[in-house]
Amino acid sequence: MLYSQKGMATAPVKTAGQNSLQGFVYLPLIAGWLFPGAGHFLLRKWGRGALLCASIVGMFVIGLAMHGKLYTGAQDILDMLGFVGDLGNGLLFFFGRIFGLGADQVQVTTGDYGTKFIVVAGLLNVIAAVDAHNLRTGRKPL
Amino acid sequence: MIHASHFTAVLLFALFASTVFGITMRETPRRMFRYGLYCFALFVSSAIVISWVMFLIAR
Repeated sequence: MLYSQKGMATAPVKTAGQNSLQGFVYLPLIAGWLFPGAGHFLLRKWGRGALLCASIVGMFVIGLAMHGKLYTGAQDILDMLGFVGDLGNGLLFFFGRIFGLGADQVQVTTGDYGTKFIVVAGLLNVIAAVDAHNLRTGRKPL
Repeated sequence: MIHASHFTAVLLFALFASTVFGITMRETPRRMFRYGLYCFALFVSSAIVISWVMFLIAR
């Protein structure tokens, strides 16, 4: 007896096997961490990637424009957490350090906000990179 | 250099964070948009409520 899903209410679910592409499975994760949205671009999710890129890069740039600080190292536990958050920005953080962007000392109120913007941009970038990895492995449907 | 007010900073923060939350936490575009809107409303409304609470405590 033949069985067909045609016309049934439930949409066919894509499995991990159907979602999986050829190549290195961690590539979208690493690319997404290095540059915001790149993981989604690799999976041809252009709209999502563009929105993620605009949001995270925008947050990072506005943080710098507010004279936020880029953490350089860990003097205490709070600096360590801030540094880990900043590292989430990937290449944006490294280029920021290379070109000496960001304030050395937070001297104005907006500078404190800017520092938080930069840290949160890094944390959001990690979430976006993990989302790209989940799309790649099929844990989240494409 | 940007000299944003506290409320402008809250609005910008809420806009960017809710965009990422919407895209990463839901699967279909419609649900992404609705969840992003929900997060944005929660961010802004909670900031306003907590600001009023702090104002009343400080009096």
